[in-house]
Amino acid sequence: MRIKVGASSCGIAAGADKIIEKLKVNYPKIDVSITGCIGLCFLEPIVDIYDENDQLFRHVNVNLDEVDQMIENYDSSKRLITNTDQDVINQQTRIVTENYGHINPESISDYLNVGGYKAIKKCIHEYTPEEVIDEIKRSGLRGRGGAGFPTWFKWNAALQSKGKKKYIVCNADEGDPGAFMDRSVLEGDPHKLIEGMMIAGFAMAADEGIVYVRAEYPLAIKRLQKAIDDAMEQNILGENIFGMKGYDFNIRIKAGAGAFVCGEETALIASLEGNRGMPKLKPPYPAQKGFLNLPTNINNVETLANVPWIFNNGADQFASYGTENSKGTKLFALTGKIRKGGLVEIPMGVTLRDVIFGLGGGIKNDKAFKGVQMGGPSGGCLPKELLDLPIDYESITKTGAIIGSGGMVVMDESNCMVNMAKFFLEFTCDESCGKCTYCRVGNKRMLEILERITEGKGKLSDIDLLKELATKTIEGSLCGLGMTAPNPILTTLKYFEDEYLDHINEHHCASGTCKALMQYVIDAEKCIGCTACSKVCPVDAIEGKVKENHVIIQEQCIKCGNCYETCKFDAIYMD
Amino acid sequence: MCCNCEDHNVSLTEEQCVMIDKILSEYNNYQVNLISILQKVQEKLNYIPKKGIEYLSEKTKISESKIFGVVTFYSQFRMAPVGENLILLCQGTACHVNGSKKIEETIKDCLNIDIGETTDDNLFTFTNVACLGCCSLAPVMMIKDTTYGHLTPEKTRNILQSIREKV
Repeated sequence: MRIKVGASSCGIAAGADKIIEKLKVNYPKIDVSITGCIGLCFLEPIVDIYDENDQLFRHVNVNLDEVDQMIENYDSSKRLITNTDQDVINQQTRIVTENYGHINPESISDYLNVGGYKAIKKCIHEYTPEEVIDEIKRSGLRGRGGAGFPTWFKWNAALQSKGKKKYIVCNADEGDPGAFMDRSVLEGDPHKLIEGMMIAGFAMAADEGIVYVRAEYPLAIKRLQKAIDDAMEQNILGENIFGMKGYDFNIRIKAGAGAFVCGEETALIASLEGNRGMPKLKPPYPAQKGFLNLPTNINNVETLANVPWIFNNGADQFASYGTENSKGTKLFALTGKIRKGGLVEIPMGVTLRDVIFGLGGGIKNDKAFKGVQMGGPSGGCLPKELLDLPIDYESITKTGAIIGSGGMVVMDESNCMVNMAKFFLEFTCDESCGKCTYCRVGNKRMLEILERITEGKGKLSDIDLLKELATKTIEGSLCGLGMTAPNPILTTLKYFEDEYLDHINEHHCASGTCKALMQYVIDAEKCIGCTACSKVCPVDAIEGKVKENHVIIQEQCIKCGNCYETCKFDAIYMD
Repeated sequence: MCCNCEDHNVSLTEEQCVMIDKILSEYNNYQVNLISILQKVQEKLNYIPKKGIEYLSEKTKISESKIFGVVTFYSQFRMAPVGENLILLCQGTACHVNGSKKIEETIKDCLNIDIGETTDDNLFTFTNVACLGCCSLAPVMMIKDTTYGHLTPEKTRNILQSIREKV
């Protein structure tokens, strides 16, 4: 028997590390190891038990107290995964995530055993750099970080550019709130990223790679560093790699310090150089003048993690997945009000409905689907009318949203779309570097308008003002942050304008999110006078004697919602 | 990011200077590694004191204003010390959708501090962070490397209470 426990950040947060500890203490003879993100976040912690015949018994939502019973009845435990839940994995197309759940991300031999580092060997022995770029061109791989720029084009520009030294930089500054695809690669299969960077380095004749990781990912940094160290030890990285004289390649990690704008290429380079992460005008492009003014190519984690597979399985095989202009697969972080939240990898072209209602199992607590936010603060909210839209770069961009890095936050009827737009604007206002006036001031003014609307003080003319400011901000900003910051407003205005009008004209928020527009009321028929609500009210705004009806004094109420949460009889409602 | 004005005139101790010297000795290009240097200084000193910026400037020949600019640009850096337990409340989209605002209010109410502030007993400092990446457990907060998920106001109050009781 051997055991694998899913131990990426969210698995650990759900209690995986305590389970591993207990397994190791109680069963010292069993081989207990870790694996990265299995993708089924809603079932964490997950324990995979392999019997003597190597048959897998996957246990989910494992409780620390039940570990012993689980081992004893490993083939009949009540924690065994159901077929429908396992189907969530089986129905995916796994390229980037092919090793998730199988290999130990902290073991280089695990990666070598599944054919790791064969692709880079193949490249340096059988291909010229131009041929590598051709192969990537044939595969149709496009950047997975947001813009969807053809990967081969960037590599070629860097190859053609002359410089005494060149750099390949991996952008792992995954700043979109609600996205964790890149973290899953770094924590679940770091050697794949290293191999992808080596191939990119070979294609553009760069001998140094830098991975810019956000500081909020300590475990990802730790695992990637171990992978780099192990690769150095085995002469997979370093000098005269694979015994080939003159073939050198090194990788180092640079930890970011918390700035969303550093996801933008030129800002990232400024940050690498030890400066404030402020974007610069392009051209010159990084391929001409990048890090330290030397030719630099920047790719996102997921993009690079696709590369080894392309060389192991062929560009044609890769291109057979997806649509005409969007080839291959894409990772999505499915979160929000979704029943089966997690990480999914699907071929491009699958519909939103298949992802949200198929793999995701629909909406939590049987509520109604309202919208899905794609592409984080740079993306947009799509309504239910667009659920049958295929997910590819062109189709999604046409709607006003973007595929972005792959965050998919699902919202139900209890979410207010004006509030969502406000939430993203707060984020971009906070993260704007302040260089361009429209991004710095325009976003702030738009936020103020949204605040006004959510407080019931909006005017009808505010909608036109928002549209005008949004257009000007897009035109007047230098980098992607400012150019896309108004997207959440524009898409919610486009698809959910009635909600804006409801707030402005009727001073009404149907979802009950905008506190200024609602009040808590006690239903006299349901209240039994248990006094629980008056005890938790921080401002003594609830009056009533024991076993008698209670009443909220609206003038005193601060709308904290404590009473609403506390009432066991559903007697308090939002009006 | 708010400066702690009282602290501005407190000089570095000799021990702190030695610590900074030691960090600098690991690097040969101060400019390119400025962020890494500041990260290490903060790790050792708990925060970046005003006098620390002056000292770094003197040693690295990078201007004070430049260092100050970098410190204030990145959200990771702080110019005031934090309490024993740093509460990082996730404000990612998934957490927002699942009610992180309510958790924020609960923490403020429970500890009687605002975002960025420290309790009088120096036990807690409260800050918001962008996504912690544990979206399926939303809403989430992290205290001293432990992640707490599926928070409710009641659960949050209990967690804070249990930390307080341990002291």
